[in-house]
Amino acid sequence: MLSIKNLKATINGKEILKGINLEIKEGEVHAIMGPNGSGKSTLAAVLAGRNFMEITEGSVTYMGKNLLELSPEERAHMGIFLGFQYPIEIPGVSMVNFMKTAVNEQRKYKGLEPLSSGDFLKTMRDKMTFVDIDSKLTGRSVNEGFSGGEKKRNEIFQMAMLEPKLAILDETDSGLDIDALRIVANGVNKLKRPDNASIVITHYQRLLDYIVPDVVHVLYNGRIVKTAGKELAMELEEKGYDWIKNES
Amino acid sequence: MNSPETSPMIEKLEQEFRVLLKQGDHLPEWFNEIRQNAFDVFKMTGFPAKKDENYKYTYLEPHITPSYQIPAHPVTIKIDEKEIFKCDVPELNTNLVLLINGFFYGKERLKKLSSGVIWGSLNEAILKYPDLVEAQYGKHLSQMNDPMAELNLAMSQDGFFIYLPDNTEMDAPIQIINIALNEDEQFISTHNLIIVGQNSHVKLVLCDHSLSPQRFIMNSASEVVAGKNARIEFSKLQNSHNHSVQVSSVSVSQDEGSNVISNYITLHGGIIRNNLLVNLNGKGAVNDASGLYIADKMQHIDNFVQIQHQSPECHSTQLYKGILDDISMGVFSGKILVAKDAQKTQAFQTNKNILLTSDAKVRTKPQLEIYADDVKCSHGATVGQIDEEALFYLRSRGIDNKEARLMLLHAFAHEVMKKISIDPLRDRYDELVNKRLRGELSRCNNCAVNCG
Repeated sequence: MLSIKNLKATINGKEILKGINLEIKEGEVHAIMGPNGSGKSTLAAVLAGRNFMEITEGSVTYMGKNLLELSPEERAHMGIFLGFQYPIEIPGVSMVNFMKTAVNEQRKYKGLEPLSSGDFLKTMRDKMTFVDIDSKLTGRSVNEGFSGGEKKRNEIFQMAMLEPKLAILDETDSGLDIDALRIVANGVNKLKRPDNASIVITHYQRLLDYIVPDVVHVLYNGRIVKTAGKELAMELEEKGYDWIKNES
Repeated sequence: MNSPETSPMIEKLEQEFRVLLKQGDHLPEWFNEIRQNAFDVFKMTGFPAKKDENYKYTYLEPHITPSYQIPAHPVTIKIDEKEIFKCDVPELNTNLVLLINGFFYGKERLKKLSSGVIWGSLNEAILKYPDLVEAQYGKHLSQMNDPMAELNLAMSQDGFFIYLPDNTEMDAPIQIINIALNEDEQFISTHNLIIVGQNSHVKLVLCDHSLSPQRFIMNSASEVVAGKNARIEFSKLQNSHNHSVQVSSVSVSQDEGSNVISNYITLHGGIIRNNLLVNLNGKGAVNDASGLYIADKMQHIDNFVQIQHQSPECHSTQLYKGILDDISMGVFSGKILVAKDAQKTQAFQTNKNILLTSDAKVRTKPQLEIYADDVKCSHGATVGQIDEEALFYLRSRGIDNKEARLMLLHAFAHEVMKKISIDPLRDRYDELVNKRLRGELSRCNNCAVNCG
């Protein structure tokens, strides 16, 4: 589904990604762990189509297409979803209007008629229960005045609405208490299907108690330095990142 | 450059002024005196010059040429009020007033309701209720010390008049449609006088439009007098074609505990200057002024706001927002004056702008002049571009770049529009702004003129 080959990227001339290789197949959950500054968020941003970095080498193929040539919205239409580490507040844009536009743009891409208001609101109500999001929040502007936990739940709610093929969750666990973490993780687990995949980026092993990965990668200094099964997360938790730093 | 004495336009205006004055010799003496005095003041200063600090970025003189004709009489053609543009607010139940080239249009020139409310033509009110008009006319506008306001007092013959006695209110908003309809280029003057008694309440919607493609200058003025605890909502929509020059001067005087909300939505027009002067004369008066200006091409929109806290415990807010595209220019000057005795004043001012191109310009000038010591005041101005982070967030959910930009601009504009309390009007404005941002407002429904 996704194939990253020797991906290198710089920000302001500084090389952040130094040759990433990653293969993701349908049905898989990959965890990417690593210390701060290792390039985790940059990798997520490259996949979602942010342009603050320059790609200097390598390729990213998604569903047989050159992902790097596509605009952020085209990637979204093809099923890529980024759960933001810091979701943006957008005063004046209502959650309902935002989601309705997003869902209907996707439907347009798939050649489907736009959802009627009634159908849309019904879908929205159904998905809200998914992440236990307060209905008051959807009556407000996008993320405006939301607490940290509410913003993260809102990300998962949007994910539920858009039903992505490849979800990239960028430190979705940061800033969450254990209850919120469980709700968010449950949301992600319930959305899992044999034909979709997710990349869970996290600093801590904690989230992986709830979202069980098939593969764990350790990203350090712009490279994937270790790849193994879920037991790697446990080992990291035990030994800390210094273990990796010393090894590499 | 011509000095005021030799300017051909001023010479022409003087000739026309003599004619108008003669034509008005049946009007009360006090009225004609106001006109004469105002013309004398205007003649001394002339049109705002480039060196005039208050008009620093809006240099009107080159745009005012003798090619403009001054309409001396109301139009005589028959206009079907039902067919004409009604600001297109179908659900809005209003009392409709039509001004054409500054003159009240309609058979019943002045209505007196059983509640004692009088409304209709200012010209008629001067004849029928001279005492009511004389007590206020010109007294508020002249405090603006503005040559265009003086010229308005000199040249205006008619406009909209309303008087609400104490403890009254209108059943529905009054919608005043001010239309330029001309076969030649015209210089139009019109004057509205709004007097609202103690505890009385009125909502006014003013729409400026053009129905013919000729160039015109509209020099309009409104005097708004709010009695003790009166409540007034004043919403103005400016949507005339881009070959127009419009100067609108609004002078508001507020007594104790009164509440005045004013709102300007400027969508189209060539050169627009909006003067707003608010005098908070009574304790605890509240004023909320806001404006939204959307400009593209070579449009120029200047909002000049002065809020004067003359009494203690008054509260004022200003919120002005602009979206500027192409090579257009936006100007905002906001002055807050707090007099020595105006303790416990709260005065806030915000001006935010989005520039869509590197050639669009904004000049913003906040000013605070405070003579009292126990006050809470703030001002802030921003000039920026579309928030790239927010744009990416929307795009990452599949909303295309153009649509995402429009959503953000509309959200930016909505903060001003949500101050309008008349729901159908706000919805209609929302729609108009949306169309304007999409560039689809070059022709309004029912409107024969291409504004673009």
